[in-house]
Amino acid sequence: MLHIVNKSPYEKSSLASCLAHALKGSAVLLIEDAVYAATKGNAAEDAVRRALGELPVYALGPDLEARGMAGAVIDGVKVVDYGGFVDLVAEHRTSQSWL
Amino acid sequence: MSQIAEEFESEVATEAVVKKFMFVNRKAPYGTIYALEGLEVVLISAAFNQDVSLAFLDDGVYELLKGQQTKALEVKNFSPTYRALEGYDIEKLYVERESLAARGIREDQLLVPVQVVDAKEMAALMEQQDVIIGF
Repeated sequence: MLHIVNKSPYEKSSLASCLAHALKGSAVLLIEDAVYAATKGNAAEDAVRRALGELPVYALGPDLEARGMAGAVIDGVKVVDYGGFVDLVAEHRTSQSWL
Repeated sequence: MSQIAEEFESEVATEAVVKKFMFVNRKAPYGTIYALEGLEVVLISAAFNQDVSLAFLDDGVYELLKGQQTKALEVKNFSPTYRALEGYDIEKLYVERESLAARGIREDQLLVPVQVVDAKEMAALMEQQDVIIGF
């Protein structure tokens, strides 16, 4: 399953809830305000690093760039463009958006 | 009908096979429109003979709390509708144990019979679905 999160970890518990339900074999994609969770020094960094030990974590490049965060991505988080987003959706049997 | 409901209807109308649909409810009932919209989509899904289940976690567990009184707000109290789901053959309601505990809610405070599952079981249920729609 591809888990998609679009909320800032400071505003909503969506990322925490997603990570609590993401099983091995799934992937997590951070888009929109959730890309802040993919950056160094954010409050969810430890949680994201723990998740990286279990499954791949992706962040949407255009959303990082728009927020001035493209240079601050946590090591191990893979940055994808819109084409990569489409590939991830196609590669996984299901997607779940954590609103 | 809301736009999301229309999109859902057109999606399932083209399916000849029965798919496993799970609606994941994570929002409290009156602060946003998510809970009501989600319930509308669930009712629509009942018309398409799909294998429907509902998950309630995080603030979504507040949707099922007994004793909701919305008269002073002048908005519809849609909580009795959860009791009607059984009549539409929607009987798989899963509520996450950790979310209830974090909010001090007991199972006997809920409007309808549910299956209380822990987060690990909920994750496994999600993994079994063909389609997951979150609210």
